[in-house]
Amino acid sequence: MATRYFGKPIKRNEDPRLLKGQALFVDDVNLPDMLHVAFVRSDYAHAKIKSIDVSAAREREGVVAVYTAEDLGDYWQPGPLLVPPPPIAGLTFNQKTQVPLAKDRLKHVGEPIAVIVAASRYIAEDAAEDVIVDVEPLEAVADLESALSDEAPVIHEDLDSNLSAHVVQEKGNYAKIRAQADVLIKRRIFYDHGIAAAMENRGIVAHWNAKEQHLKIWDTTQAPIPIQNGLAAMLGLSESQVQVVAPFIGGGFGPKIMMFYPEEVLIPWISMQLQRPVKWIEDRRENFFATTHERSQIHDSEIALTRDGKVLGVQDVFLHDAGAYAPYGLTVPINSQCTLLGPYDVPNYYSEFKAVFTNKTIVTPYRGAGRQHGVFVMERLLDLAAKQLGIDRVEIRRRNYLTPDQFPHDHEIVYQDFAPLVYDSGNYQPALERAAEMIGFHDFIKNDQPAARTAGRHLGIGIVSYVEGTGIGPYEGARIKVDASGKVNVATGIGTQGQGHFTSFAQIVADQLGVTVDNVRVVTGDTCEFHWGTGTFASRGAVVAGNAIHAAAVGVRKKILKHASEHLEAAEADLVLDNGAVHVKGVPQKSVSLGELARISNPLRGAVKPGMEPGLESTDYFGPERGTTASGVHAMIVEVDPDAMMVEIKRFVVVHDCGKVINPMILEGQIHGGVAQGIGNSFYEELVYDEGGQLLNASLMDYLLPTATDVPHIETDHIETPSPLNPLGVKGAGEAGAIPVGALFAQAIEDALSDYDLEILEIPLSPNRLFELVHMQAATKQES
Amino acid sequence: MKPAPFKYFAPSTVDEVLALLAEHGFDAKILAGGQSLIPTMNFRLAQPAVLIDINRIENLFFVREEAGELRVGAMTRHRTLERSSTVSRLAPLLTETMPNIAHPQIRNRGTIGGSIAHADPAAELPATMLALRARFKLASASEARWVEASDFFIDLFMTELQPEELLTEIAVPALPKRTGFAFKEIARRHGDYALVGVAVLLAVDEENICTDANLVFMSVGNGPVVGEQAQQALLGKKASAENMDLAAAAAASEDIDPPSDMHASSDFRRHLTKVLLKEALQTAFERAQKA
Amino acid sequence: MNTQIEISVKINGKQYSAAAEPRLLLSDFLRHELGLTGTHVGCEHGVCGACTVLLNGEAVRSCLMFAVQADGQDLLTVEGLAAANGDLHPLQAAFREAHALQCGFCTPGFLMSLLPFLQDKPDASEEEIRAALSGNLCRCTGYQNIVKAVKMLLEESNSDPA
Repeated sequence: MATRYFGKPIKRNEDPRLLKGQALFVDDVNLPDMLHVAFVRSDYAHAKIKSIDVSAAREREGVVAVYTAEDLGDYWQPGPLLVPPPPIAGLTFNQKTQVPLAKDRLKHVGEPIAVIVAASRYIAEDAAEDVIVDVEPLEAVADLESALSDEAPVIHEDLDSNLSAHVVQEKGNYAKIRAQADVLIKRRIFYDHGIAAAMENRGIVAHWNAKEQHLKIWDTTQAPIPIQNGLAAMLGLSESQVQVVAPFIGGGFGPKIMMFYPEEVLIPWISMQLQRPVKWIEDRRENFFATTHERSQIHDSEIALTRDGKVLGVQDVFLHDAGAYAPYGLTVPINSQCTLLGPYDVPNYYSEFKAVFTNKTIVTPYRGAGRQHGVFVMERLLDLAAKQLGIDRVEIRRRNYLTPDQFPHDHEIVYQDFAPLVYDSGNYQPALERAAEMIGFHDFIKNDQPAARTAGRHLGIGIVSYVEGTGIGPYEGARIKVDASGKVNVATGIGTQGQGHFTSFAQIVADQLGVTVDNVRVVTGDTCEFHWGTGTFASRGAVVAGNAIHAAAVGVRKKILKHASEHLEAAEADLVLDNGAVHVKGVPQKSVSLGELARISNPLRGAVKPGMEPGLESTDYFGPERGTTASGVHAMIVEVDPDAMMVEIKRFVVVHDCGKVINPMILEGQIHGGVAQGIGNSFYEELVYDEGGQLLNASLMDYLLPTATDVPHIETDHIETPSPLNPLGVKGAGEAGAIPVGALFAQAIEDALSDYDLEILEIPLSPNRLFELVHMQAATKQES
Repeated sequence: MKPAPFKYFAPSTVDEVLALLAEHGFDAKILAGGQSLIPTMNFRLAQPAVLIDINRIENLFFVREEAGELRVGAMTRHRTLERSSTVSRLAPLLTETMPNIAHPQIRNRGTIGGSIAHADPAAELPATMLALRARFKLASASEARWVEASDFFIDLFMTELQPEELLTEIAVPALPKRTGFAFKEIARRHGDYALVGVAVLLAVDEENICTDANLVFMSVGNGPVVGEQAQQALLGKKASAENMDLAAAAAASEDIDPPSDMHASSDFRRHLTKVLLKEALQTAFERAQKA
Repeated sequence: MNTQIEISVKINGKQYSAAAEPRLLLSDFLRHELGLTGTHVGCEHGVCGACTVLLNGEAVRSCLMFAVQADGQDLLTVEGLAAANGDLHPLQAAFREAHALQCGFCTPGFLMSLLPFLQDKPDASEEEIRAALSGNLCRCTGYQNIVKAVKMLLEESNSDPA
């Protein structure tokens, strides 16, 4: 097989449509007779509903229907638990999932209370203001630390406390090694992640066609197939009556993998009730409250080392903010727990967390999905150790890396995919050396930094490592078919949100079948095209769907060779697939086009021989036994203006290892975007709540997404350590750019402000926060 | 995020606007550039019953020199001011201010009159107008009056503009000789409202003694704040680094009482005011010597 | 209050007439009344820039204008960029070449913001390019390849003998 496309920066198939404004996004769907929805949402973080009066709303001209929980009858059910807790001995898990419309209690601001269906969104919003919700406000659980105290109000009345989950995972014996350690460093560490803020908000259009008895749903979901199957069950329809299309999606980043959002459950039901197409498009304000977040953890962490900087063990006890409900189970905190270990050989590990219900929006994975939190803890502990022991920051990492002979490496704890946390492969030191070389780490410390300091400028450098468990199961599938035109159709079940699947998947197929990439049409996210699979999450598209597509392409290739061998009367071994045709090696005039073979294999008369299937089509699946581990190193030089506390990123280097690279152009784009989101998380974005559980900055005016002037040029390089777990040797890359950036900011800013002797143990930072930290540090020094 | 319904008028003369204002007064809102009003309406935080769109009144769009002053029609868009050579000649502080206002897409619609009438304490133009000692022409159906910028801004989003009045014109006196200027702000991101900003006029005589200082801060109070104590620290004194430091210290500790919000604490705003004022005074001084 | 006002507006060289309630945002008018869905809506408070269109040649947020205000004006939307035969506009082609889009949702706004900028500043520096882009939010690309696309295009047109 010639690899003309795999590994090449092929321009994207999907771009022309997107660039011309011709790509279909959910809000572009416009159907005759369509109705529009607005929600009445909770203004309270925690309250009892006394009454809901929708009479004025129902009477408003243009309003077709208004529903409250009461109107839903048996359709009112808490949503499913999407990810049950993994098999970890002794864990506690209190299952609480979101409801379609609040019934008695309001548990977070933005929780839906009533639905207005009207002739236009404008009218629906007018009517939403007509609804009178009478409530008894309750004390809100807004603070993570006090949420478990005896005095805290309990959010879910049938529980004793706000404990969502309690998990302990252990490896070796930390208590024992602690007693033998030369150095113990213990800190309280705070990490707050923000919101995905995809440029496209969520949206759903549902069209129940009573004559066809068919429900078609356009949904901004990362997981159309589970939505199809779940909604069919809820609505009492056969799965084949429900078609879910995830068309072009304007960015996902995690929250669009959350399933059975209240709106997702209600809009199709309303369409069936009213027998009309119904559209709901989330607006930006709703997005801040109604789309899931990721938020904070508070870690009490301790690292034990020898005096030469070798890690003996880590103990980490943390609190995790789950929000009002936890439909996504333990994925986020378990990612934190597992990813903390990073690329390091940590023989003893004690990790315990409590996930806590709060009166805030639900927490589910957002790009990084808790990994940031864990990486931040470990990287900070290593930096503190390096400082205390007088070891260079590069060197302390080098001393603790797992070495290539330690793979596969069993960390003896359980990962989010229920499989043991076993790293399939990795080679960490070359990435570190390369990153240090690219950024000129030692030269900077020896020359540039002191020279700048002499000139009154505060420059700092950081270098951090991370791993990312990617490409987890259970499986994905694909069907590939060669048309009589010679064009190749690929259908897979996952949704796509900008990752370039239309191109990278086409590259895999084009190489197998000897066609050009632009002759491969990829369809993702339409359950009528393919209805087996789970979705796009956990950096798994290229790994799991990519390998399924590879397997299906191999299947089609076999059929092509078989048919061509008969047709051309040549041995399969002598055939070459190239330029849309099959050729006989050395006999250029003997060839047949794939289109012709597709026709031959699908005759109108005659017989398809026993043992043969019609057509050049194959369906196949790929289910990895466990996830594959990508890794990387980020390095950065910053300049801090100690007057204004503004931070300027002078250089940013990423050396990344995600195994074999399908399309380096697309991969680099993924890294750039991830880093930008990491920068946002580290220095710009923060969900600011008051003690009453009110989000104070629910607009893009006040929730600061980084712009083109805030994100630097990012220099990238790649190391390829192929995964042994899949035929393509690929690992996931979607989240990697975002994961270590917080740790990098803390280290580099600390370094730049070394005159002030700061310890940065929190993310996000801001000029204001740096100002406070510097002044607190100065005050502490004065006292002592 | 769709605006509530309103009654819409798009008159083509000022007289029609004034008649509508006389009729609707408190219920009406003037739609100038709309770059602050429309987002507020989209959030339904503002729900005016009547909207009077003044974008079709041609004689509110002008930039000209009149008796050595800069005269600007209230509907003049930010981009026009930014690009105007008349503005840069007569009021270079205004030219220096403009790029700090949001982004080109906003400046293409936003208007000077809208920004002044809105009186957002974080906005650039109210501070710059105050620093430039501008005057505003307020017209109603019964009269027209000129109001000094120093009398115009009253409190948070509150001005001297009465419900039946329309801001039609802005007059900015040209800078006297040996008068320097500077506009500085610190924002979280390019184009954001400032955490703190300063607009400064500084005049010195041949001995570099300060003969005039007009120092205005934004984002540190309920409106643009004049640094009176800081001015006192400079007037009649040498424009030296020491005196500028004293002025900056006086500004931070005496002139302002900045609010704390999620972007900056009161203390940080005081600190930034000090930092920015020093920089701005230095720049203004250098310019004054050459002017 | 629900009176409809007749609007006549030229968009991408074509004359459109339609009635709209005064409160209808220009963005909604373009997308839902006229079916020009290439203009996207991301925030409806003038920050994200996805809805940027050209009004008489200048970039504006279509979510911060009422449709009635566009009466008698000349608009250009993303649908008006490519040639009649479907060939990409050089700016669109540069975006594809540089991989300056991922999900593509913000892209129309970037294209429309850049169009007048490129005319104003054919010799823009990277700093100026970044400042010009800062009124548009993108959550996928980290902006790097958008900057690259603009630089590529400027270099190309500057090296053009014409």
